[in-house]
Parts: sequence; C-alpha cells; structure tokens
Amino acid sequence: MNFSEVFKQSSHLCNFSPDGKYLATCVQYRLVVRDVSTLQILNLYTCLDLISHMEWSSDSQFILCALYKRGLVQVWSLEQPDWHCKIDEGSIGLVASRWSPDGRHILNTTEFHLRITVWSLCTKAVSYIKNPKACHKGIDFSRDGCYMALAERRDCKDYVCVFVCDDWHLLRHFETETQDLTGLEWSPNGCVLAVWDSCLEYKVLLYSLDGRLLFTYSAYEWSLGVKCVAWSPSSQFLAIGSYDEKVRILNHITWKKMAQFEHPATITTTKAIVYKEVAKRSAAGSEELSLPNITMDSTVLSNQSKYEIHPAPVQMPVVRPDPDRANPKIGVSTLAFSSDSRYLATKNDNMASVVWVWDLQKMSLEAVLEQMSAVRCFQWDPRRSRLAICTGNTNVYLWTPAGCVSVHVPSDGGFQVQSLTWHCHGDPLILLGKEQLCLCYTTTGAEDK
Amino acid sequence: MGERWTTVPGDTFMENYDDISSISHVTMSPSRQNNLVSLQPLSKSSYHLLTVFCTNDNIPQCVSYINQELSSMGLSSCMALSSVGSASLSAAPALNAAFELLQIHRRTMATLEDLEREQIKKSSTLDHMQMSNSRLRDQLELSIREKSGLHETERQLQLKIKTLQSCLKTEKEEVQKLQSIVASRASQYSHDAKRKERESAKLKERLSQLLVDRKDKKLAIDILNCLGRADGKRSHWKTTKVTASHEGQMYKSMLRDYEASQRSLMLENAQLKKVLQQMKKDMVNMLSPRQASCRGAGTDDSQEMLDSDGEEKTGDSSREILERSCDPAREQLTNSIRQQWRKVRSHMEKLDHQVQNQVESNKEVIPRETHEGEMERMRREVQQCKEFIHTQQQLLQQQLNTSFDDETAELLNDCYTLEEKERLKEEWRLFEEQKRNFERERKYFTEAAIRLGREKRAFEEDRASWLKSQFLNMTPFANRSRCSSTDGYSALSTRSEPETRTSSAKSQLSKSPNCTSFSTPKHTSAQSTAVPSTTELYRTLRLIPDSSSSGCSNRGRRREAGSTTDDDRDSRVKAKNRVYSGDLSIFSLGDDNSLT
Repeated sequence: MNFSEVFKQSSHLCNFSPDGKYLATCVQYRLVVRDVSTLQILNLYTCLDLISHMEWSSDSQFILCALYKRGLVQVWSLEQPDWHCKIDEGSIGLVASRWSPDGRHILNTTEFHLRITVWSLCTKAVSYIKNPKACHKGIDFSRDGCYMALAERRDCKDYVCVFVCDDWHLLRHFETETQDLTGLEWSPNGCVLAVWDSCLEYKVLLYSLDGRLLFTYSAYEWSLGVKCVAWSPSSQFLAIGSYDEKVRILNHITWKKMAQFEHPATITTTKAIVYKEVAKRSAAGSEELSLPNITMDSTVLSNQSKYEIHPAPVQMPVVRPDPDRANPKIGVSTLAFSSDSRYLATKNDNMASVVWVWDLQKMSLEAVLEQMSAVRCFQWDPRRSRLAICTGNTNVYLWTPAGCVSVHVPSDGGFQVQSLTWHCHGDPLILLGKEQLCLCYTTTGAEDK
Repeated sequence: MGERWTTVPGDTFMENYDDISSISHVTMSPSRQNNLVSLQPLSKSSYHLLTVFCTNDNIPQCVSYINQELSSMGLSSCMALSSVGSASLSAAPALNAAFELLQIHRRTMATLEDLEREQIKKSSTLDHMQMSNSRLRDQLELSIREKSGLHETERQLQLKIKTLQSCLKTEKEEVQKLQSIVASRASQYSHDAKRKERESAKLKERLSQLLVDRKDKKLAIDILNCLGRADGKRSHWKTTKVTASHEGQMYKSMLRDYEASQRSLMLENAQLKKVLQQMKKDMVNMLSPRQASCRGAGTDDSQEMLDSDGEEKTGDSSREILERSCDPAREQLTNSIRQQWRKVRSHMEKLDHQVQNQVESNKEVIPRETHEGEMERMRREVQQCKEFIHTQQQLLQQQLNTSFDDETAELLNDCYTLEEKERLKEEWRLFEEQKRNFERERKYFTEAAIRLGREKRAFEEDRASWLKSQFLNMTPFANRSRCSSTDGYSALSTRSEPETRTSSAKSQLSKSPNCTSFSTPKHTSAQSTAVPSTTELYRTLRLIPDSSSSGCSNRGRRREAGSTTDDDRDSRVKAKNRVYSGDLSIFSLGDDNSLT
C-alpha cells in the first residue's frame, strides 16, 4: 500500500471528478484542481469567501462552490479557466446548493426552506419550487438523471413532487401517507421511490414512478422507528435500519421482509469471523526498531494496530444510551451495500466501534470488525467487495472477504483519518484528516500488471 | 453439719428398720408395740435395754406369746406345752419356726425390694411422663403462639393485598388518566404543531412575498456566457405536446422497467419450469415400470394410465409449453405434475404399507405374478447351474478317460492312492485290534496251559501215589478204604458219563475212579481240564466265556459296518475262521507252552 504526500484541505471539501481524472480540493477560499495520476495542480480558482460546499458537475466540466455565509454560489469551468459564474441568492439566504443531473442547472435551497431556486446556466432562467420540506433527505435524483423527487409540506401534509429534470416539468404530485416525512430515495433503476416517516413512526412507503402506492411496510409500532434506508445497487433489496438495532431487508417483488439482521451484544454464531483490533505491542515494535531501514515507524509505533480473530462467543462493547435525551445513540444509523450487492455493512450506534458485514447471498453475518475507537466512516470500493473504514486515528482499515488489514498512514504530524472517499475506479482512496488529505494507493504497480 | 444430719437419721432409720423387720413378723401385743413405737426415737442404749423381749423371768409368757403369734400366722407352734404352767421350749419346732420366719422374712424382703424397684421405676416413668407432659405443653403453647403469629401475618398479608389491589386500581386509573392525558396532549401538540406550521407557512409566504415585492437586487446570476445543453440540443418550449411527451417518457421508462422485471421473472419462471419438467420426466420414468406391471390391475389404474399417456405426449412437447406459457398450458403442466406427484405419493405410501406389512406379518406381499416370475427365473437359474455342473463333470471325465497328461494323472493317482491309503489304514487298524485280541487270548491260553501242565504234573504225582497206594493195597488193610471210595466214584461217574467216549484220559480216569476221592478239591477241575473240549475248558477256567469272545468278534464286525456288504460277509467268515483258528491255536499254544 502506497501513500501520496499530504495536501492541505479545509472542511473536508475534496472529491474526485465523476470521470475520475481530476481531484478538486478546497483550501479556505481557494479551489485546487489536480490531475489524479500526477497530482500536479491543473487549475487554481479563488472564491470570494470561505467555501462551504463544493460539487463536481456530472460531466466533470464544472465545479460548484457554495459560500453559504454570503449566500453565493460560484461555478468554475475546467476547460475554460476564464469562464466564471456567480449566483447570488441575496438576502433570502442559502443553506444548500447542488447540481442538477444534467450539469446545467443549479438548485439552491434558501434559508427556512422557503423555496428551491433552479438556475439554468444555459438560459440564465430562474425558477422556483415552493414549499420544499426541511427534512433529512427531501430531494433525490433518479440514477439516470431524468427525474427528481422532492418532498413538499403543504397544509400540514406531506407531498411528493416528481419533476422531469429536463425542463423542470412537474410530472406527478401526490400526497403521502406519512405523519412527518423524513426522507425519500429512488431505487437505482429509477422505478420505485422509497419514502419513510420520521422516527416517531416505523413506516416505509414504496411508490412507483407514476405515484401509485406499491407497498407500505411497518415492522412495529409505538417505539422509535426507521433510522436509515438504503437501496442495494441491484435494486433487489431495500435495507431498513431502525432504532431497535435491527436491519430488515425487503425484496423488490413482493416487498415482503426476507431477512432481519440483528446486532446482538454477544456474538454466538460460529459462521461469522470476529476481527478485533488490538494495539501492537511495544515488544514487537522494538523488533522492528532493530531493523535499520524502518525508522519512520518508530515514531508512531504506539498508534499501530493489528487484527486478531476471536472465537465464537464475543462480547461487544455496548454503550447504553441516555433515554432522556433526544435522538438517542442507539439503532442502525449507517447502511452501505457493496457495489455488487453481495455485502451489506452496518453500524449500530450503541456499539459505535463495531462494523458488521452481512452476506446477502447467505443472508447471514459474514464478519464483525471491532475497532478500538468509534467508527467515523466506512465506504465500499465501487469496483470490488472491499470496505474501507476509518475511526479518526492514524490508521485506515480495509476489509475484504479474504481478510482484514489495518494500515498505518505514514506522516510526520500524525495524520488522523476522519473521512475517506474511494475513486470511482476503485484505486486511489482519499483519506481526509482534519486539515489535510492524502491519497492511498491500495494496488502497487506490480499488481496492476 | 448437714452431712451429718443427713447421714445420721438414715443410719438410725436403717437400724430401726432392721430391728423392726426382725420383729415385724411377730404381731406384738399392743403394749409392746406401743413400747416399741415409743422406743424408736430414743437413744441406742436405752433402746437396747428396753427392747429385751425375753428374760429369764418371762420365758413362758414369751413362749406362749410367740406361740400365739405363730399360730395366728398359721405356723406350727414351736413348742409343746408339756405341762400346764411351764411351757418348755422344744428346740426343733422353735428352730423350724425361726427358719420359716426367716424364709418368710427373706421372701418379704425380696418382694419389698421388687416393689421398691418397681416403685423407683414407676416414679422415674412418672417423672418422664411429667417431663414429656410439660414439654408437650410447651410445644403446644409454642405452636399456639406460632399459629397466632401466622394468623397475624396472614391478616397482614391480606391487608397488604387489599392495599396493593387498591394501589393497582389507583395505578390503573392513573394509567388510564395518563393515557388520556397523553392522548389529549398529543392531539393538542399536533394541533399546535399544525397551527405553528401554518403560521410558519404563512410567514414564509409573507417573507417570499416581501422578497419579491422588494425586488431584491442582489438576487442575480452573473455568468460570462451561457452554456450549451449537455446533450447539445436546444431547449424546448413548454407546450402540452412536451408535457404529453414527458408523460409518454415516464410511462415508457416504467414500461421498460416492467418489461425488464417481467423478462427476469420469465427467465426465472422458465428455469423453474424446466426443473419442473425434468422432475416430471423423472417421475414418469420412475413410475412407468410399476404401471406396466399393474396395467391390468383395475379400471382406475388403466384410466390413470391413459391419462398419464396423454401427459407423456404433452411432456414430449414440453418445450412447446415453455414457449406457450399461457394459462391452459400452465394448468396442464401443473395438473400433470400434480397427478404425477399424487401417483408418486400413493406409490410411496404403498411401499410404506408393504414394508409395514412385511414387518408385521413377516410375509412377502409381493404380487403373485412377480413372485411367480421370480420363482421361474430362479428355477431356470438352478437348471442352468445344474447343466453347467454336468458339462463340467463330463469334461473332466473325458479328460480322465482319454489322454490326461502326467500331472493330472499324478494328481488323480494321488487322489486314488490317498483313498487307498485311508482304506488300508483302516484295515490296518482293524488288523491291529485283532492282533491285540489274539495276543490276549494267547496270553490266557499260555496261562491256562501252564496251569494245565502243573495240574498234569500233580495228577501224574497223584497217579504215582495212587499206583503206589494200590501197589501197597495188595495188603489186607485195603477193604475199608475201598468201600468209601466206591461212593465217591459213583458220584464222579454220573458227572463224567457223557464224556467217557471222547478222550483217552477219561478211560484212564474210569480205570482209576478212586483217585478223586483222595484228591484235593482241585481234583474236579483237574478232571475237567483233562477233557480236551475248548469250550469246556474256557467255562471251567472262567477265562473268557464263549459269549464274550463272540462279542469281541462282534465288535470287530461292527467296526467294519461302514464297508460294503461283501466285506461284511467276508469279515464274518473270517471271524468264524478266527474262532476256529483260535481253537486250533489253543492246542498249538498248549504245545508251545509245553515247549517253553
């Protein structure tokens, strides 16, 4: 595993272009675009203020930089560095800005979710969408970029608007049977829209593109309900993580529950492999010290760790949440399907240091990774069944069906990995520290050959 | 002091008691008794003086008194009043009386002791009873107390239950109240939330209105030059046509998706159907032999057969069905599968029944035809095997007869010699046995011959002596002894009469009949041995009786029973010969013996 040198970045604004050729990073009010292969700076743009949000257009031609404080959006062109575009939302304020899938429109959400302004870069035309719902995920584009679903709140009722992204024509507008809609998400094939209610009620609704209700799923009543929802890339499964520490998998034909993954505090199944991260002993370190050419490791020796496989009955560290506080730290909050829909990685909030990997072919627990500290972020390789995990320390962890590895990120100042992003082709992995980033190359040249 | 006090009265009491007991048998005159009673508490010395019962002066009175007392007690008086006025004490009755008194005293003492012991026992049991009584009383009290305690606790518990029940009731009420409160609050909250939301919506509306009204200058887009569309097309006007096209697009995409899903389902379905077809074919294959066997069993079966035939036809066109995949085809397929499945199931059940029946009655419940067929087959097999064996034998014999090579010949020879050897061995064994028998007989004969020789010699001696005596009888003393010897002769003659003709020795004997009377008890036997008949000899010598010798030969014959009848006859002949030879050998042996 190789690591690039460390670059500066701010507020975790850093991403590869959708075509995988460029890497854009924001440093305070500057936007830096590099070539991924050489890491040389191709362009450097300077914005008017601190960049709050940055996003690549779908064609990798433009970069959107939102300056929320100023209510400004600046757009930069990669091909024409001189080209510039500035959108000012004025006194109404700006809380969110995003590209439309065609890369020629920008959707700005104003403060108080008063409206969504759609700016066309082709015609300078502006259009408004009123009453967008202020919720966790109130807007979602279909994978093919044709349709946009938007949650709307009007007369104390939830509605869903389906727009055609091409000309922002309102295709469908229908009321949903929710008390307080919290999120919506298109299935990857763009035919089914999953809508879920707030955590006060366990309710997941499935709508077809033309607004027909396909299925209503509710696992239980009264206690806190859905925490997160994820579609598998194949659109075959809908995974629902809830406050009862379970993940329920619905199938795409009958929409019935086909599996239920529990997250027990004691793992008794012998089929799953339990990896436990342990700190490397200083004795082992001294051995390494005796080797003449490894000098860098000696400085950060204490931070290194390795995985140990533990036999079947394993007790997981559980933190009981405070019942008096809102949004209790319990239940499955993160779900991630691997690119081939074979594996599902989950995280249960009251076992924050544990990542669970489930096999969807066998519908059983495949592996459990018990980290030393709370898991910050995990993401699947978009090409392979490979899960990258970071826990806010100087290591990056990789899980594959074959095994599990903990890699120390070499750096002078102690690079603390707080977030990570895979390249679309699966190789370099961006590791984001507090104000730095570095690229991690998982395959060496020899392997590529 | 205390000790003294306790001991001294005891002593005095004991003494007193002794004294009293010594006198107690005598019912005292009241004055005396009074005296005694009055004397008891007095000191020893005074008591000694006063207790003198009899003095020289009052002997008669004493005697009479004692007499009286004794008679009252039913004892014989100890003295005879010899003369009036002076009663003299006769010693013997007095002593008797004293002895009797002593006996009585001892007896009473013993009974007293017994009584005392009993009393002590009784008292101790009494104590025990009292103790146990008190203990039981205590227990009773305790249990009563316990009972009351339990009653108390029960009461308390009941009270508690009552309070708890009341608590529960209140709690329930509370819960209901709370539930209603919650519900009312929730409705209130939702109402308020709605109100607030409406307010905020109004506010938002107002705000946006205000913003629009203010003509916010800042709200603007500053762009260098407009971009072309990503797809390179120009944008369209918003017309109904466009909206319709959007609808169409949507439906098209939906249709596409449905088609895709249908395709995948079709594919899956087709695969499942294929599996089903395969299964059906297997089933048909599996069932067909059975059906063939029970083709003529019943009308139902034949009907089924027809059905299944039809199905088979349809099964052949399974691909067709797969492609058709319409309702009737599917129905047909499922129906046929169902039927087949039913058949399989019934078949399985039948098999199960068969197995059960077999287990139960241990009888074969195989259909008759199959059974017979099986039997026929087995018979054929047996026949084949027999033929095979026969041909093999023939071949072997041919080989033997015609030209067998050396090895086989040797082998066969070996076989035959082995057989021969066995037979010879058997014969040898027989022979050995016979030899042994002969040996034994010979031994007996030699012994007999030796004895004979000895007796012969004795006879010779006797004869010599007899001749001598006869020679001496020429003397005048011979008459007396002669008459006695004639008696003996007559007795002898009756015995030896039938044998007179046979031997010359007898003539000799007859010539000298007197010798027997003179001879020793040996004589008779010696005379019989002189007769040369072997059987007689045997019998007299008690060597081997005739029967035993024949038994011996019998034994030999029995041994040969396994051999052929000819052999048997031969052996019988041989045995006879043997007997004869045995007879002959007796003589020869006798000769031998004489030689040795």
